[in-house]
Amino acid sequence: MSNARYDTIIIGAGMSGLAAGIRLAQYDQRVLILEKHYLWGGLNSFYKRAGRRFDVGLHALTNYVPKGTKGAPLSKLLRQLRLRHDDLELAPQSYSEIAFPGTKLRFSNDFELFRSEVHERFPHQIEAFERLVAELDAYDMFSPPDTDISAREVLKDFISEPLLVEMLLCPLCYYGSAREGDVDWYQFAILFKSLFNEGFARPEGGIKPLLDLLIKRFAELGGELRMRTGVDAIVHKDGECQGVRLADGTELEANCVLSSAGWAETMRMTGDELYDTHVNEEEIGKLSFIETIFVMDKTPAQLGHDTTIVFFNDSTEFDYQRPKTLIDPRSGVICCPNNYQAKTPLKDGLYRVTTLANYDRWKELSPEAYSEAKLQSVEAALQTAAPFSFDPRPHEIERDCFTPLTVERFTGKMAGAVYGASRKRLDGRTPLENLHIIGTDQGLLGVTGSMLSGISIANRYALVPN
Amino acid sequence: MTRDEIILAVKDIITTIAPDEDLDGLNNTDPLRDQIELDSMDFLDIVMELRKRYGVQVPEEEYGVLNTLDGCADYLLPKLEGQELKMVNA
Repeated sequence: MSNARYDTIIIGAGMSGLAAGIRLAQYDQRVLILEKHYLWGGLNSFYKRAGRRFDVGLHALTNYVPKGTKGAPLSKLLRQLRLRHDDLELAPQSYSEIAFPGTKLRFSNDFELFRSEVHERFPHQIEAFERLVAELDAYDMFSPPDTDISAREVLKDFISEPLLVEMLLCPLCYYGSAREGDVDWYQFAILFKSLFNEGFARPEGGIKPLLDLLIKRFAELGGELRMRTGVDAIVHKDGECQGVRLADGTELEANCVLSSAGWAETMRMTGDELYDTHVNEEEIGKLSFIETIFVMDKTPAQLGHDTTIVFFNDSTEFDYQRPKTLIDPRSGVICCPNNYQAKTPLKDGLYRVTTLANYDRWKELSPEAYSEAKLQSVEAALQTAAPFSFDPRPHEIERDCFTPLTVERFTGKMAGAVYGASRKRLDGRTPLENLHIIGTDQGLLGVTGSMLSGISIANRYALVPN
Repeated sequence: MTRDEIILAVKDIITTIAPDEDLDGLNNTDPLRDQIELDSMDFLDIVMELRKRYGVQVPEEEYGVLNTLDGCADYLLPKLEGQELKMVNA
């Protein structure tokens, strides 16, 4: 190996990798972040097209709390990275809604709106809902259970009205369940708090200014970031991780390696033996999405739509599965970034519509069929989404679409699984000493969650020398 | 460093990691956690800053001694003998 030894090497310059990198560089570690792609951000990246900058994943930064809120995940994150709340320039949402046929539940960054909406629409469930809220308030996020528990089953113990159960599951699945048909109860508790008790905001200018801030901080602290540098293999001996080998054959030594590539993806880098022993292919994420972004000559508000995010479902039952066909247009998410209360309004009107998609069906298409399928899929999605919002097509200036294949190409996530593997590794441990998992497959999701994932695993394994 | 200087040093570290907390009214005897918002991540940072600024190692099983300002002073007094106080947030 070369003599350039690092304290810590981090695989991936997404939210978790950058946050972990800042933490370690803050305490004078020699840290290197390796990113395969030519842009940073991972699942929360950005790109330019026809002179416009688009966010890849960002609908909302969840876990939003106002400046000065004590003890909230966002506050902990800011403190750990020595950032000020104002640095993030967060614009809070107007309000969002869960929309099923004939029933809507609005919610905002003030939990009382959601509470009153549930009370009004489901008067027979008031006590049940309040018992659920009390249970979730008391839930200890720092002691995750050892086994997976079905939120669907737990909810049935509290709530006897099936429609309310479905309506609670819909946004929480869409914003972070890697499990088909359900969400793990531990994740449910975290997500409920991050969506309903806390709330949504959008960094002014989208994800790029936030990423720029993280990159700048990391560089100021002496951290090293290499772009377009994929890791070919994780080098190990006698059960101990020793470093990484790059695509060009260079080997880099490190005392510790943190990987945000995903569980199966990371095991693959360690070689066939560990992959075969420790990867259950059933657990590779099955859930992926297709999203179309419309740029419009009018803002959503000008078209009568004030809602920030709509989680819609076209029947009384919510089916969160990998679809059998290319997409499942029966449910989805509509995001209108203009409807955050930004200091500087966005130049164009934007409309994003997201539905579930099947990676395998997209993968088998020829290039011509792929383009055609994108067109047809958005027509199908809008047929369901427009009645819950409006039709963006008459105001369209431009559109762009990403599929599960796009996600896979730019993030390296197998099967374009946005929320990663169905089984999370909450303790971050792997079969190798000094190799740890951060990010999506560790278990905390979203912008805030993934940064906290990087921070907590870095603190636990990489910061304090053994 | 004297006892009083050590308490100043620890307060200066807390100012760095928790800039929004008001430390004027802190007493030396009650647990810090009861007086201001500090969680286990913050205590880790106190330990890391002590190491960074003064080269002091606090093993994980001894973090509990940092619970109060008096506890910090007792524990750190012999370890910081002969060192100068370094104020970052003066």
